[in-house]
Amino acid sequence: MQILNRATDRMTIEVLLVEDSPGDVRLTKEAFLEANAGIHMSVAPDGVEAMAFLNRHGRYSNAPRPDFILLDLNLPKMDGWEVLARIKSDASLRTIPTVILTTSEAQEDIEKSYQLQANCFLNKPVLFEDFDSLVKSINTFWLKEATLPRQMVYALSSD
Amino acid sequence: MRIPRKDGTNIEVLLVEDSPGDVRLTQEAFHGANPSVHLNIATDGVEAMAFLRNEGAYTHAPRPDLILLDLNMPRMDGRQVLAQIKQHGVLKTIPTVSLTTSDAEADVEKSYQLQANCYLRKPVELEVFERLVRSISDFWLTEARLPQQGPAGEQSN
Repeated sequence: MQILNRATDRMTIEVLLVEDSPGDVRLTKEAFLEANAGIHMSVAPDGVEAMAFLNRHGRYSNAPRPDFILLDLNLPKMDGWEVLARIKSDASLRTIPTVILTTSEAQEDIEKSYQLQANCFLNKPVLFEDFDSLVKSINTFWLKEATLPRQMVYALSSD
Repeated sequence: MRIPRKDGTNIEVLLVEDSPGDVRLTQEAFHGANPSVHLNIATDGVEAMAFLRNEGAYTHAPRPDLILLDLNMPRMDGRQVLAQIKQHGVLKTIPTVSLTTSDAEADVEKSYQLQANCYLRKPVELEVFERLVRSISDFWLTEARLPQQGPAGEQSN
């Protein structure tokens, strides 16, 4: 398992995007990679795949542990609520900042997300320029300013 | 929609910080970054919990939209405050950000384990600190969607 340094120059930041819309996947990937060349983005198209990725099951046995998760709520097979609840009830996964990124603006969805301990709730903009601006904002705050829990501790506590 | 206070502010931030110098810095930085912010101060963890629970002198304290929490404080440190907030049925939805000088991996890990929404290292340099406060304001108070006042639905005063 790779041990990451806590240097100011981050090594590759692993982002997991849980999103079923191919158009949104493409938009998000492009916007992030333009904002930050140091990101590696993995994509899970539904909640079942997301959990398999996080738990390193089956074909995901060598999946990288994400430093950051972007999670849509409307997903086939297993919705975002359940993914969020599972992440935050798992002692080894709950430290991964998990940000809801969804088309919903409903206050009850916002409340429920924070109840389930989502780190943050973001409304996915419809217009491309706004989406691009939001991604830059996420990148600046979460991947540059914020201190994320890193892999080193996980490496020591896993197996 | 929140009704602005008489002084025009309508976003409540609770800063839990024991250093008067850092309190002052933060006040000035927020004033510059976002005049809509009303910054409430608790100088240790005991005071912070009284504020959040509306106890004693804090009976009418507003529910914060965001909590900035130093970790190292007398009487009750930030880790205990964080644990209490995130285990409290009503308070746990308030975004709570560790804002601290420590960059120790153990502190980072512990904060996220206790379900801090985010962890920020407090910079030493003034301009960098001001930039960080602006960044907090831009992201948390402009981009992010925040939970509302809580089940009682009180308006801020």
